[in-house]
Amino acid sequence: MKIAILSGKGGTGKTFVATNLAVTAQNATYIDCDVEEPNGRLFLKPQKCTHTKIFTELPEFNAEKCNGCRQCVDFCEFNALAFIKNKPLVFADVCHSCNGCELICKQQAVTKKQKEIGIVEQGYYKNVKVVTGILNIGEISGVPIIKEALKRSSADNNLTIIDCPPGSSCSVMETVMSADCCIMVIEPTIFGFHNFKMVYKLVKLLQKPCFAIINKADKKFLPLEYFCQENKLQIISQIPYNKNLATLLANSKIVCEVDDSYKKYFDAILKVIKAEVNL
Amino acid sequence: MKKLLILSGKGGTGKTTTAATFIKFAQAKAFADCDVDAPNLHLITNLQSSPTISDYYGSKKAFINQEKCIGCKTCLKTCKFEAISYTKEKCLINEYICEGCSVCTLVCPTQAISMQKDIAGHLSLFKDTSVFSSAELKMGRGNSGMLVTEVKTAMFHNAPTTELAIVDGSPGIGCPVIASISGMDLILIVTEPTSSGLSDLKRIVKTASNLNVPIAVCINKYDISLDIADKISIYCQNESIPLVGKIPFDKHAVYAINNNINLADLDCPAQKALYNTFLKVIQLITKIY
Repeated sequence: MKIAILSGKGGTGKTFVATNLAVTAQNATYIDCDVEEPNGRLFLKPQKCTHTKIFTELPEFNAEKCNGCRQCVDFCEFNALAFIKNKPLVFADVCHSCNGCELICKQQAVTKKQKEIGIVEQGYYKNVKVVTGILNIGEISGVPIIKEALKRSSADNNLTIIDCPPGSSCSVMETVMSADCCIMVIEPTIFGFHNFKMVYKLVKLLQKPCFAIINKADKKFLPLEYFCQENKLQIISQIPYNKNLATLLANSKIVCEVDDSYKKYFDAILKVIKAEVNL
Repeated sequence: MKKLLILSGKGGTGKTTTAATFIKFAQAKAFADCDVDAPNLHLITNLQSSPTISDYYGSKKAFINQEKCIGCKTCLKTCKFEAISYTKEKCLINEYICEGCSVCTLVCPTQAISMQKDIAGHLSLFKDTSVFSSAELKMGRGNSGMLVTEVKTAMFHNAPTTELAIVDGSPGIGCPVIASISGMDLILIVTEPTSSGLSDLKRIVKTASNLNVPIAVCINKYDISLDIADKISIYCQNESIPLVGKIPFDKHAVYAINNNINLADLDCPAQKALYNTFLKVIQLITKIY
């Protein structure tokens, strides 16, 4: 079973929940899809890592074959090609690697070259397989890295925990589509509530079973609880915030291993999910 | 006009709270929310007027005329984004995956596919005593960078003579962040003293440095871990980045957000530290040029 951990807003505790769930479940796979800022590896400190480079394809133009017909430049929907000195020039940052220019060129002047955009790191923390997508700095989109990272999910009955990026855009969509169910980690503030509702819409659209965890649950935030009630969204845990927890997290500790009072939260979450989602 | 952008790398370190507080301190007449994926600044700016809403068109989307489709799967095999599926002997586009490259229209032997405009979000512009530009991307849509650029452009056009503009950015280092950085005079990075915060700080600093925009850093909730706060100070020193503030963890911050109060109006330790940070940022941004 694959569980996507989502939040909408950043900093609500996705990585905290995801890493602790992966450690609590036996033989799980943890996949960090927040490729812009991957932090699960700081907590899980994977050993024996292998690294796979991830590439996208960029077009290259053979100046001898190109007859300057401009068809490729006109076809490109992303304005990634410019016509300079009678030859096409590619802007790598906006190219979507759709292959359109190669298909439309009658002179067969277009070939491809590979451009590295990041890596997928894979290692182990005890019996947890730790997969991390890491986007190179300056790159625009990490979706190809996310796709590759998601391929490393457990093939067997073991649990895969997917740590998603914040927001609700295309990269979040990619991770939710691959999951069997979702856990929303919500911060009980006006900000947390607003962004949660945005990503909740996305989860509903994709018709995934969904559960809520309220993190930093010191004071009740009633609008959130009413919303969950109305939408029959089950709140499966409320994790309180305190300075001790903050210090453990600041120092990238796996909280369930150093503090038994937190382990019981994650045991309980897993129990509910396994009972509710029949896979 | 001087343009200040607030970023963080890691999410949830306090970008929006800092932005809202600075807007109040500066009595800023122009501000924008570039976190189009998860906008929040509008929740605490308390603008009375209603905004002008306009549609944002992103990439076009392909549509297959099911009557013309002969189910040959040529489009499916050519699509680099795996956006096309095959059911009941017909091909079908998944609008959430389609990036709008239109390659499928090129290869379809029966001309069954057309490209159609797609509303990928909307822009909001508030204009009364001050100008506030923001936007919301429709869920699952890409091209957020283009929308970010439109948000900024709308602010500049409607408040061209303003002295200081304050822009709230998004987390991460990708598309929307890179789009938000261009044309800014100073980036204030709000970080937190956690190992995640420090790791993300380094990534956003590199991203911003490559684009040649000056940076300053402030540490929010610095007393959560004094050790890591020290590490951040040392990192900033080594990189010659001005450290312009250390804001204590203060429960008033959450109280202010949830009670619709601007932290600038609440007499508390975080407010005082933010005010000092604000003064240093103003000093820095006026020194540039």
